[in-house]
Amino acid sequence: MDKKLRILVAKPGLDGHDRGAKVVARALRDAGFEVIYTGLHQTPEMIVQTALQEDVDAIGLSILSGAHMTIFPNVLKLLKKKKVFDILLFGGGIIPDEDKKALSKLGIGKLFGPGTDTTEIIDYLKKYFKIVSHGDTENTED
Amino acid sequence: MKQKKVKETYRVNNATISGIPIKIIYLPTDIKNLDYDRDLGMPGKYPFTRGIRDTMYRGRIWTMRQFSGFGTSKDTNRRYKFLLAHGETGLSVAFDFPTLYGRDSDDPISAGEVGKCGVAISSLMDMETLFDGIPMDKVSTSMTINGPASVIWAFYIAAAEKQSVKLKVLRGTIQNDILKEYIAQKSWLFPPEPSMRIITDIMGFAAKEVPQWNTISISGYHIREAGSTAVQELAFTLKDGLTYIEEGIKAGLDVDIFAPRLSYFFNSHLDFFEEIAKFRAARRIWARELKNTYKAKKPESWLVRFHTQTAGCTLTAQQPENNIVRTALQGLAAVLGGTQSLHTNSMDETWALPTEKAVLIALRTQQLLAYETGVANVIDPLGGSYYVEFLTNKMEEEAYKYFDKIDKLGGMVKAIENGFPQREIANAAYQFQKAVEEKRRIIIGVNDLILENEKIEMPILKIDHRVEQEQHKRLVTLRKKRNNNKVQKKLRELKHVAQSKENIMYPILDAVKTYATLGEICQAMKEIFGVYKEPPMF
Repeated sequence: MDKKLRILVAKPGLDGHDRGAKVVARALRDAGFEVIYTGLHQTPEMIVQTALQEDVDAIGLSILSGAHMTIFPNVLKLLKKKKVFDILLFGGGIIPDEDKKALSKLGIGKLFGPGTDTTEIIDYLKKYFKIVSHGDTENTED
Repeated sequence: MKQKKVKETYRVNNATISGIPIKIIYLPTDIKNLDYDRDLGMPGKYPFTRGIRDTMYRGRIWTMRQFSGFGTSKDTNRRYKFLLAHGETGLSVAFDFPTLYGRDSDDPISAGEVGKCGVAISSLMDMETLFDGIPMDKVSTSMTINGPASVIWAFYIAAAEKQSVKLKVLRGTIQNDILKEYIAQKSWLFPPEPSMRIITDIMGFAAKEVPQWNTISISGYHIREAGSTAVQELAFTLKDGLTYIEEGIKAGLDVDIFAPRLSYFFNSHLDFFEEIAKFRAARRIWARELKNTYKAKKPESWLVRFHTQTAGCTLTAQQPENNIVRTALQGLAAVLGGTQSLHTNSMDETWALPTEKAVLIALRTQQLLAYETGVANVIDPLGGSYYVEFLTNKMEEEAYKYFDKIDKLGGMVKAIENGFPQREIANAAYQFQKAVEEKRRIIIGVNDLILENEKIEMPILKIDHRVEQEQHKRLVTLRKKRNNNKVQKKLRELKHVAQSKENIMYPILDAVKTYATLGEICQAMKEIFGVYKEPPMF
């Protein structure tokens, strides 16, 4: 059965810079994903609640305020607390390389910085969820 | 290192970056209806297209005002002294996110954000430290603050009084442009109606008590950064300005009293001539509207006095040294466009707040423009250029199309509630991204002339976690030392005035002087005014 992937695009914390998040949300939607955009000023609790309510496959956090080393781990911790292990946590914004490495070690997915092509993000998600490129969703469950 | 050649065929050369179609050359026939006295005029004379002062930069070079702030008030105080020592001529305060949202540094929601994007200011004590050793009667200060502008301004006023500075000589600007917050920058607090009341109270207070203060910096910068075109920036910003004029008049203020203290803030983006045309069109449109539509009588009311910042969104993380060049050219456009004040970005700002070295280069960029290149010696040197006059006319024409659309929606406030400017901006941002990805727009280092396996070797400013801890400690000490009964009394009085029609600046100032914190004062106001919530859309 064809199932569109559901992606939650979220703006956590106080950061109000949403140009990138909106462009990514739209690009993902145009590429065939179901996209839910949280809007601004989300707490980790709000994000996880929405993710579960909306039954998403992935959460993309957009953080340009420098608060990523606090927010990403908090969201991850909450997901683990709720025993949710199959939602991909990825994102982007202004995240220095060394912080990217540190977050990757915690189990956070790819983080996309300034200058990223939206097709890169789309390809990453398709590859991660093993989607065949002509739009069919194939589950590779055993 | 492998480098590919720029494919000339896909470089867009028949439209401005905003999409205005342009010919290969402009001729006298393209501006044959131009009437010098009607459309241009002398600088300092209506309609001010060529500049707002009759001597412009020969009389006074633009203010070199670098937007700046990080960490604690002590950290930022040090940076201000550095910049002033190296020749900057005005101060500009960047606040951290908690402060922008009216939250104290120790509010749970502030965790991880304190001092990261600007300086943490939670109380009058922090403001006093920020200006320690800086004579507030000698320097003008611009503060980028919107939702809590009334409170932060009160901190500034009270800090100046502590330096024994008379309010009549206090010079500066608070951004205080709530309409563009709803449209683009998103650092609002209260819903539109109480926000407008606060703004008109600020205008009334300034007229009486702080007459040299600019009460609003009506901004296009953020609208442009959010992805708008140059025309949208021009149109939405001016329409915001005209809306404030209408609100001020509605509140019973004399337009000739408050209009001269409105100022503007524009972006200086990459398309060189489009930007210059935009600045010139802005002056002409505002002058015409204030004189003819709103019947302002004083020439000071007809002026667009503006600050410019070079476009942050055009900077790249890749090959960051190129940003020095981008900034220099954008700074040049602002100068040729007649700006009164200028901030030039630092090359490392896609990565972090500027290091000392990077901000010094940015400041030197302005000084080079001012003292070495000669571009400041003649007023409006591009005046009379067939292309620039054509483009100025075109920008004005396109802006009025947007004015009509917004008027049909019932004005700017209704248009914002409708989501109109927000949608226009999001669409423009998306179209721009598509153009970049399809290589119809080149960004060097990003989609062309890329350095494979580039290693960025540049020191980055890091904000220590100790900043948050220090702020926590300061607040604990503050709350112990102050008279908490007085604080509570003043907060109660503030809430009382908030529910009345009296000027809210007076009780805010009283509360500030008892060392009530930003968070406490904003919370009191939120309880009366409510909180704005934006419907998420993309």
